[in-house]
Formats: sequence, structure tokens, C-alpha cells
Amino acid sequence: MPEMTTGQAIKSAISLCLDNYEEAFLAGEDIGIYGGAFGVTDGLLEKYGEDRIKDTPISEDAIAGLGVGAAITGARPIVEMQFSDFIANAMDPIVNQAAKLHFMYGGTIDVPIVVRGASGGGTGAAAQHSQSLESWFCHVPGLKVVTPSGPQNAYDLLLASFVDRNPIIFMEHKLIYKIKEDVQLNTIPKTSELLGKGNIVREGSDITVVSYSNMVNTAKEAISDKKLEKYSVELIDLLTLSPLDVDLIISSVEKTGKLLVCQEAVGDSSVGTTVISKVVSSDAFTKLNTQPRLLSGLHSPMPSAKHLENKVIPQKEDIINSIIKMVENG
Amino acid sequence: MDLDKNRKLELFRMMLLIRLFEESLEEMFSRGILHGTMHLSIGQEATATGACLALDKEDLITSTHRGHGHCLAKGAEPFRMFAELLGREDGYCRGRGGSMHIADLSNGNLGANGVVAGSLTIAVGAAQSLKMQKKDNIVLCFFGDGAVNEGSFHEALNLASLWQLPVLFLCENNQYGMSMASKNAIAGGSIVKRAESYGIESSSIDGNDVEAVYQSVLTNKKEIISNCKPRFIECVTYRYRGHSKSDRNLYRTDDEINFWKEEKDPLIRFTSKLLEENIKKTDLEKIESEVKDEIKSSVKKALQSPESSQTNLEEDSYA
Ligand SMILES: Cc1ncc(C[n+]2csc(CCOP(=O)(O)OP(=O)(O)O)c2C)c(N)n1
Ligand SMILES: [Mg+2]
Repeated sequence: MPEMTTGQAIKSAISLCLDNYEEAFLAGEDIGIYGGAFGVTDGLLEKYGEDRIKDTPISEDAIAGLGVGAAITGARPIVEMQFSDFIANAMDPIVNQAAKLHFMYGGTIDVPIVVRGASGGGTGAAAQHSQSLESWFCHVPGLKVVTPSGPQNAYDLLLASFVDRNPIIFMEHKLIYKIKEDVQLNTIPKTSELLGKGNIVREGSDITVVSYSNMVNTAKEAISDKKLEKYSVELIDLLTLSPLDVDLIISSVEKTGKLLVCQEAVGDSSVGTTVISKVVSSDAFTKLNTQPRLLSGLHSPMPSAKHLENKVIPQKEDIINSIIKMVENG
Repeated sequence: MDLDKNRKLELFRMMLLIRLFEESLEEMFSRGILHGTMHLSIGQEATATGACLALDKEDLITSTHRGHGHCLAKGAEPFRMFAELLGREDGYCRGRGGSMHIADLSNGNLGANGVVAGSLTIAVGAAQSLKMQKKDNIVLCFFGDGAVNEGSFHEALNLASLWQLPVLFLCENNQYGMSMASKNAIAGGSIVKRAESYGIESSSIDGNDVEAVYQSVLTNKKEIISNCKPRFIECVTYRYRGHSKSDRNLYRTDDEINFWKEEKDPLIRFTSKLLEENIKKTDLEKIESEVKDEIKSSVKKALQSPESSQTNLEEDSYA
């Protein structure tokens, strides 16, 4: 098993798709000789050539739209939004077109496209280059939303997203790109059954912590901290946000009786609020022995200064304190 | 019309201020004092300088991700810009905006914008507002060659022309949008022809000739106000540094970069021209040492400014 960064693991998965499907191609800004703003596609132009690694002008609407048109006619596009914030420029092809075509045309058309984008803050890139907009897409029937947290799951999820027949929004938090781990390289899966499945990162019995994307890594650090030694924390990485693995969350909460959701995204109308509403409206409600809590990013755009960014994004200490408070008071 | 000596020296001073401001940012970045990334306009100073110095304070500008030069030339204080990049309370946006998002309304700068082509339609709206207020001012909208392939470029030009709005579109064509050479990105090959196709009078000029930029913006402003129609200028220029801090410069050759640095540098060219016109070398040296001192003392003052306040971030999201 080779050791890889998440960026390399995603590239590996993309290469496997390109190797096995001649109808697969990439399109995006600076994905060729530049290798992508975060280096994910570095070297692919040399390997696969200009016909399959297509550098585009700065035209997000066209990038997503051409992906949709190509996907409905037999190609397998993987397109990139350089920063996921710019997906705002591509909302029509994604939300009004890709998400709707299968249903609207009575199931006669599929739109198997993967739209990748770098999300999240912590890099000082400020308000227009740091957002976590994933919940926008969870609100749109027809789209699936995937948020890996590290090399192995990014690799596996990219492959599953590629074989899925639906449009996939694949959000890669910038801070996961450099995380390293040994990656089990696989063949392309026959089905996309991995999508929609969460993962229990650590088992525990005192409290359920649900998280996704890079916040899972912060949560892992938090629960490994000495201050939480005496608590048994169960940590769930959602991995796919839509469809959501509700059963996994509910059975965990039934066991622990406590639910904390941690996310970098703003809290209102978000993944966290959905997770909590699913739990409290399920049979697990009666098993709760304290009110569920959502630890989210502040209701603010991302500031540029480091100390302000740290204030907006939940930090390890915030997670530790929330866990202690909930377990002690529960 | 030849410019008077003082105006020429102001152009020289401003180009130098922008150059030294950004070199000093670069130096702070390499020492790890600055967080994040930034887009330097080193090599492009003549465009920002010529354009902004031809405007009045009441004229408005919209700027881009590569906006330090626009901001300084429109009258911003280096101290408050440094403070912004350093996340200090005295920064123009109290550390919330940073390098890519400085606005300075007191000098008519409606703000730098991190979204490519994000400011074009905003400039059109600002021009509509000026028109409603019956002001003899214009909006100068800066954007790069990369922006002309976004849909909003076309929507903005179309509307400005239809509604006869007082906006001067100024494309800084530094020949690349990140790694994409504009010649490979712009179908039809000509930015100016695109603008003309919307019925907008357009010209292409040497964006590294500060006097040419100055004169062109001056003339275009007059025409916009007297004819009540938008206009378009393409300024051909070149960026020396990488696109941002992560750039390995694989998409262009050292020869090309060196050619622009050695043969076309706006500061070197303007300095030689001033000397040929018998402006004294000592006059220029005096300006240089004043600008150096200004940069030094601005950095020092910015470093003494308190860290920006961490409270009220949520309240700060609303007016
Ligand atoms: C809508 C949008 N797409 C992509 C980007 C990423 N990006 C930032 S600057 C840039 C290149 C812009 O080129 P150009 O407009 O020519 O300006 P220059 O950088 O050359 O000054 C890109 C691709 C962005 N900021 N906004
Ligand atoms: Mg450019």
C-alpha cells in the first residue's frame, strides 16, 4: 500500500477512471500544465494529452454545462471548479439542468457527471475563496453530495462517484489535500453502493459526534486529547451528505443518548440541522438524555486574518469543551 | 498634449510606490508574517497609475484580485493597506478582507474583488447610479484578460451600451489568466473586437506606457461624459511574478519574462524618458528615497496597530 496525500489519492482514482473508460475526460481551469490550483491533476496532461485533460477559459457556467451535455450523450466528464465558491457561477447547469434532467424526462436520461471543487477555509483566502457550500446542493433532489476527509476515503469515493449514474458534487476541503496515509489501491467498483454510507471512525458509548469533511480531522484530534481520556466518544464521518446515512446516525445515538454535530459550514439550514432533525424525529428521540448540539462555523463570511478565521471555524478546543459539557451535564 | 513636469513626477512616484509596496509585501510573506496568498501586479504599475491618476476623487473604480496598485493609485494610504494585510484594526476592512478585498470608499474605490469578472456588472450598476444622480463622473472598471470569457462580461457590456452608462471598461491584458495564455482562451483573438461588437468605442494601448494610459483615460472620460456612452480600453501589459504564491511558472519561458522585465518595464522606460526630457536625476532619486521612507514607516506603523477585534463577527455580517 503506497503512502499518498489526499491530492495524490484523488489523482490516482481519476487516472484509474481515465485508464478504464476512454469516454472519460477532465475539464477545468488550469488543470493542465499548472496541474490544478492545488496540484491534484499534476502530470495528467502529459499522460493523457490535451483531448482528455481540457484546460478551459475562465467560464464556470460553460465548464459545468458542457459536462452535462457530454454526460447525457455517453461521455464521462469529471469537471473542476477551481475553488468551490465559483460554483455560484455554474448554478444553472448544476441545479436547474443536471439535477432535473433524469426526473423531468421521465427517466430516459442519466447525467453521470462528477463536479469536483476545493472547499473550506483555514488558508487565509478570505470570504470568496473559503466557503463550505455543500448544504446548498443537499437541498436539490437529483444531486448527490460527497465530502471526503482523507486519502483512502477520497480515493474510494471518487471511484464510486464516477461509476454512479447521477450528478455528483464532490467537495474537497483544501486542508485535506496534504494529509498522508497508506492507500489501498482498488479496481473500479461495479456499483456506487459506497455512496450514502457513513463511517464509524471510532466506537464509543458516551456520546455520538457526527462530522464530515475536514472537521472530522479536527474532531479526531479532539477526541484523542488527554482532556477527553475518561470519555468514550463515538465519531461518525458522514462521507456522503446526500443521501445521508440516517440509520447509522440513529443507531449510534440510540446507543449513546447524546448527539453533537461538528461542521465548518455555517449552521442555519445546514447538514447539521438536518442530522439533528432526523434524529429528533426518529425513535432515537426518546433515547436522548440531553438536547443535541450543533457546533458550526459562525454565521459570518470567512475573514482573511488568521486569528479571525480561527474564531469563525470551530477549533479542537471548542469540540473538546462541547463534549465535556454535554457528557457532564447530560 | 504634453503633461507638465509635476504631473510626470507624480506618475513616477506612484509607480514606484506600487512597486515598492508589493516588493515589501513579498518580503514579509517570505518571512512568514503574512497569512494567506496574494496576487502581485509587479510589472503592471503603469496601468493602475495612469488610469487612476487621470480620474478625479469622485470618479469610482472597481478593482480585481490583483488590486493593490489600483487601490494605492486611487489614493489609499499604504499604512492602512499594510494593516489590512496584517489583520490589524487599522486596516481598511479591519482584517476581514485582506489582500484580495480592500475597499476605500473615501477615495472612490468600490473594492477589490476575488471573483474573476465579479465586478463588471457591479460597475454597470454604479454607473447607473451616477447617471441617476446626474454626476459628471464615471466608473472605471478594472478586470483582466481572463474575465472576458465569463458570461457576466458580455452581460455587463451589453447593458452598459444599451443604457448608455458612464462606465469605462479597462481590461488589463497581461496575456495570461493564471496559466492560460489569453491567445488560447479568447476565440476570435481580439478583446477589443468583442467590446466593439456591443457598439462600444474601444482602443488597445501599451499598458506599460504610463503617459499613454493617462492620456487615454483622460480622453475617454471626457467622451463618456459628453456623449453619455460607455467606452473600452485594452491595456497590454505583463505580470512578472507568478499568478499567486503557488505558481511554478511552467506555462511561460524565462526568456519571455526577462524580455518584458528588461525591454518593457514601465518604470525603467519612464525613468529614461524623464531623464531624456532633462528632468534631473537627483529629483528622481529624491522621490525614490521619500517613497522608500514612506514604505518603511508605513510597515512599522502597521505592525504597531492592534490585532483586529474578534468580537461581533456575526453582527458584522449585516448592515
Ligand atoms: C469566477 C472565478 N473563477 C476562477 C477564479 C480563480 N482565478 C483567480 S484569478 C484567475 C486568473 C484571472 O486572470 P485575469 O482575469 O487575466 O487576471 P490576472 O490574474 O491575469 O490579473 C483565476 C482563474 C476566480 N477567482 N474567480
Ligand atoms: Mg491576465
